[in-house]
Amino acid sequence: MRITADTHRCLGAGQCVLSAPDRFDQSDEGTVLVLDSRVDDAAQETRLRDVVALCPSQAIALEV
Amino acid sequence: MTELAPDETVDPAVPVYPQARGCPFQPPAGYERYTQAGPVSLVELYNGRRVWAVSGHTEARQVLLDAATFSSDRIHPHYPATAPRFESARKVRNFIGMDPPEHTVQRRMLLSHFTVKKIQALRPGIQRLVDDLIDAIEAKGPVADLVPDFALPVPSIVICELLGVPYADHAFFEQQSRRVVTGTTTLEDSADAFAQLSAYLDGLIRRKESDPGDGLLDTLIAEQLSTGALTRRDLVDIALLLLVAGHETTASAIALGVLTLLEHPAQLEALRADAALLPSAVEELLRYMAIADGVARFATADTELGGHRVKAGDGVVVVISTANRDEEAFEGSGAFDVARGARHHVSFGHGVHQCIGQNLARAEMEIALSTLFRRLPGLRLAVPADRLPVKEPGGVQGIWELPVTW
Repeated sequence: MRITADTHRCLGAGQCVLSAPDRFDQSDEGTVLVLDSRVDDAAQETRLRDVVALCPSQAIALEV
Repeated sequence: MTELAPDETVDPAVPVYPQARGCPFQPPAGYERYTQAGPVSLVELYNGRRVWAVSGHTEARQVLLDAATFSSDRIHPHYPATAPRFESARKVRNFIGMDPPEHTVQRRMLLSHFTVKKIQALRPGIQRLVDDLIDAIEAKGPVADLVPDFALPVPSIVICELLGVPYADHAFFEQQSRRVVTGTTTLEDSADAFAQLSAYLDGLIRRKESDPGDGLLDTLIAEQLSTGALTRRDLVDIALLLLVAGHETTASAIALGVLTLLEHPAQLEALRADAALLPSAVEELLRYMAIADGVARFATADTELGGHRVKAGDGVVVVISTANRDEEAFEGSGAFDVARGARHHVSFGHGVHQCIGQNLARAEMEIALSTLFRRLPGLRLAVPADRLPVKEPGGVQGIWELPVTW
């Protein structure tokens, strides 16, 4: 499983950066950058699912 | 599935929306009628129109996430005016009142100015400003009214510097903004305020074209107006949104935040004892206070919402005040808990329109509230809390005055 991001959907709210700054950043243009896409265990998955749910523009996801 | 079309007189006693708050940081008591009727129910607006009130958290997110089915187009005749000021706002056209893809184009022009990193870089300046204002309050008082002396100038000065608007004009634009965002403003009054703000910003943009500065408006002039990506009218309408939303909302949140903390002394003590709680405390204030009481949409197609059949053209009001108190989303939702750590409130909205300035608002609230309570440890109300003038329904919620001593 890994984190995917769609910069075309991203509208720069920054919820992902606030929630998981170890995983997400923003480009100079203000759209999402994934710093580390690995999802290694269930604990990480649970945490990242909450982050994904916070994204207002549904620009990030967890994909198998 | 029940069918309750808003245009049919099903229940003669449909509750009205919006309603006045008794306690300024609690939802109006009358909103219990909405939640008792389920997550989606009928309400009546000031002009007699019946629309769907969405008071459940899940349903609120459903509406806000689905911009294709629930339009934000404020010019469209189906867009519900929840107060007269929204009728005059139909002449103002910027991204808050547009749907994708039109909305997306304008919003993307602004994204680079509101990143978490950009806002982080503003923090030292905001800290200096907050300290200077508290110096002035200490020199003058006690007593002080924290609305004009603190809560309003913090975001007003910050947004002026960010946009490149001269703060020397603050008395003018603060007064006009207040007429724009107050629930009781008449149609004529809000139309006049919109016209005055538009004329002011048009003049400012023209001056900037010959004498550029280094604000966000100057960047938009150089990158978007000069290339024809934005018309002059577009730019004026965007500037109006950023200027008004950039100070009135945060000013309300800071003043009401001070009151909410003072009225929950154990929570204030917990925050004082652990500075690491500050981001969580601000998030909880945002959830609890819900200063943007509600936000409107209209259905573009027949759809199902909370067990009701919503027809194309029906108006919808997402009631943020109740969605943030939905027990299924927030356990013990009526309790103000600075350690809650929940970020899924809808105080900044949700979906593509979620507040672009939210991280600036968070930074301003964090710095203003933490510095105020650190520097004035004996801060307390100078009048009984129930004497504070509460803002009228239909606009940004909060208090008009906050007299304090220390």
